[in-house]
Amino acid sequence: MLLKVHHTTRYSYDAPVRTLVQSHRMMPSVFEGQKVLNWEVSVTSGQKGGGFRDGAGDWIQAWTVIGPVSEVEVVVQGLVETVDLAGVLRGHRETVCPDVYLRETHLTYADDKVQALAAGVDHGSGPLSLAHALSHRVAEAITYRPGATDAATSASEAVERGEGVCQDHAHVLIALAKALGMPARYVSGYLLADSDGVAHEAAHAWAEVYVKDLGWVGFDPANECCPDDRYIRVGSGFDAQDAAPIRGIARGPGEESLVVTVKVEESAQTQAQSQQ
Amino acid sequence: MTTYFNEMFLGNKVREPYRGLKDWMATMPAELRQMKQAEAEDLFRRIGITFAVYGEGGDPDRLIPFDMFPRVFSAQEWFKLERGIKQRARALNAFLVDVYGRGEIVRAGRIPAHLVYQNEAYEKAVVGFVPPKGVYSHIVGIDLVRTGPDEFFVLEDNCRTPSGVSYMLENREIMMRMFPDLFRENRIEPVDSYPELLRHTLASVAPSKCNGDPTIAILTPGHFNSAYYEHSFLADLMGVELVEGQDLFVEGEFVYMRTTEGPKRLDVIYRRIDDAFIDPLCFRPDSMLGVPGLMDVYRSGGVSICSAPGAGVADDKAVYTFVPEMIRFYLGEEPILNNVPTWQCGKADDCKYVLDHLNELVVKEVHGSGGYGMLVGPKATKEMVETFRAKITSHPENYIAQPTLALSTTPTFVEEGVAPRHVDLRPYCLVGERIELVPGGLTRVALTEGSLVVNSSQGGGVKDTWVLAE
Repeated sequence: MLLKVHHTTRYSYDAPVRTLVQSHRMMPSVFEGQKVLNWEVSVTSGQKGGGFRDGAGDWIQAWTVIGPVSEVEVVVQGLVETVDLAGVLRGHRETVCPDVYLRETHLTYADDKVQALAAGVDHGSGPLSLAHALSHRVAEAITYRPGATDAATSASEAVERGEGVCQDHAHVLIALAKALGMPARYVSGYLLADSDGVAHEAAHAWAEVYVKDLGWVGFDPANECCPDDRYIRVGSGFDAQDAAPIRGIARGPGEESLVVTVKVEESAQTQAQSQQ
Repeated sequence: MTTYFNEMFLGNKVREPYRGLKDWMATMPAELRQMKQAEAEDLFRRIGITFAVYGEGGDPDRLIPFDMFPRVFSAQEWFKLERGIKQRARALNAFLVDVYGRGEIVRAGRIPAHLVYQNEAYEKAVVGFVPPKGVYSHIVGIDLVRTGPDEFFVLEDNCRTPSGVSYMLENREIMMRMFPDLFRENRIEPVDSYPELLRHTLASVAPSKCNGDPTIAILTPGHFNSAYYEHSFLADLMGVELVEGQDLFVEGEFVYMRTTEGPKRLDVIYRRIDDAFIDPLCFRPDSMLGVPGLMDVYRSGGVSICSAPGAGVADDKAVYTFVPEMIRFYLGEEPILNNVPTWQCGKADDCKYVLDHLNELVVKEVHGSGGYGMLVGPKATKEMVETFRAKITSHPENYIAQPTLALSTTPTFVEEGVAPRHVDLRPYCLVGERIELVPGGLTRVALTEGSLVVNSSQGGGVKDTWVLAE
């Protein structure tokens, strides 16, 4: 599938700020499931800093904006060709040992309430089916409802509420998998919304679970599936905070407000090609 | 009854290294000693060196007691120590390069994976990044105790930002001012080259993007930090800037320091801030002490950070047990300095042994420091032992235990004259392009009679440490 992404993050300040420093994790991952045909990130009056691929395989790009400035826009535009690998992250180069992703974080801590979701789950048929079963349990336990939670909501709080968004689904699945000894991590990316199905956020997030002998496999409890060719994988981390596409700090007195728009479409080029 | 090795006296005989101090001690009348002691305290106060050693907290304005009786090593004794310390510093750095790279030592089954990869000090953010010259820990502070003429044990390693070196320098300075004759009569190796060696070490790990003479600065959390005095002292002696996070900013590919002549690009940062606070864009987002964007500059080769973020995984008390393995694995050598035998309460067998022998052992928290959260079995009350029994039972993995070591003593000035008191030693090994160790270190002394705890928070003091020239 050929997916076209247009993603804008607009920062406005009620008083001009002196400087803005950002660390981006916004380049599509390099693996067999996707190929970047074209990808561009721009920052209004931004100066590009150092860029490098980290141990998890993510491209990190630093940016600075020297003010005074009261509005900064981060624009991501690109075209990615994807194939369906049934969630398996094949051919992804990374050096972080999967065991690192067994570590607890506040957002993915599995307390008794979270662990109760795994009660009676079938361990017998191997880790892959176990991960599928956990993903299903998470989907059942947390009803999709935008606005029910916020960026700081932990897995435990989300389970208690029984509702949330993709971030909460991912956090709870990560917590459960780790509690059962399987390394798990948070993945951010894009999703082509179904034309007929439930429309979830186009800037999407899901979880990856490390399955022995298979490697990292994506699970998206929010849509009860494994990532396929409608998904673009971008960055990963222990949790939403660690995997955030943009981490930034502005220096100056201005209060920040944020407007994000994301559009993911199937490119017309595909249709043209498929008609040939 | 335990007998302790007295570093000066073997029965009635004075051991060779202390011969030069025999008459000095004998001919010092009580009044002179008191006068000198008062003079020393006055000097310390005037200099303003009043911080707690090793970040133990406590009253930052309290003076740490200085004992004028020096602690002495012969050239031969030091030769062995020096080789052992440098060997350990090399192995610890090799371990860090390895565990942030391919992790061969884990693959080879020589150290359990979870101790490394699930360690809180292991930083995922620097996996795959090799710091300049492959050095993570540029200043390795190794805590040693002695139990006999040839028996030395390593208590712990400090690979992040070991403090206390300013005491090593000041203790010497003050002794030389007060007792110049001693330094004429004895051939004592100087330690005053330390700041220059430190500066040289830092400069030698400048990043490849640095051209010309590297600009170095010390990054401090600020004046409220208990070791602030040391930060400013070292900056002064090295002739480099002392900066706080707010004095630095990132622009493009580099980090700059605000100066009166405009921004100046920094090449090497000797940070005295913990990893978690270095950069809110990479670690704790609420940190106000660090520099936003610094880790991106670091990881793209625009600046060096000493010690390298992530170095702490090598000095964890649970990882400590495996340092002899590291020496064999990376260097193919046998350890010159021994570890203290350690029981990991996280292992069932070890835990059982520890609980059965609490009265004999020293129990420590894996992540504790400064002598807090520690049980010295033979000296503890019944209640204390039972409190620890409960703690260990509920969280065994948080505790390790070691035998109570018969720490050596050296003569120390006390109320009644001179008496033996227990001591330890922290030398400071510098690792850059080369490995350097100044002949000396910081000797801490337990001033309370019979006490084995040398921490300043528990009544410890400091001494000048001599290494005699051959």
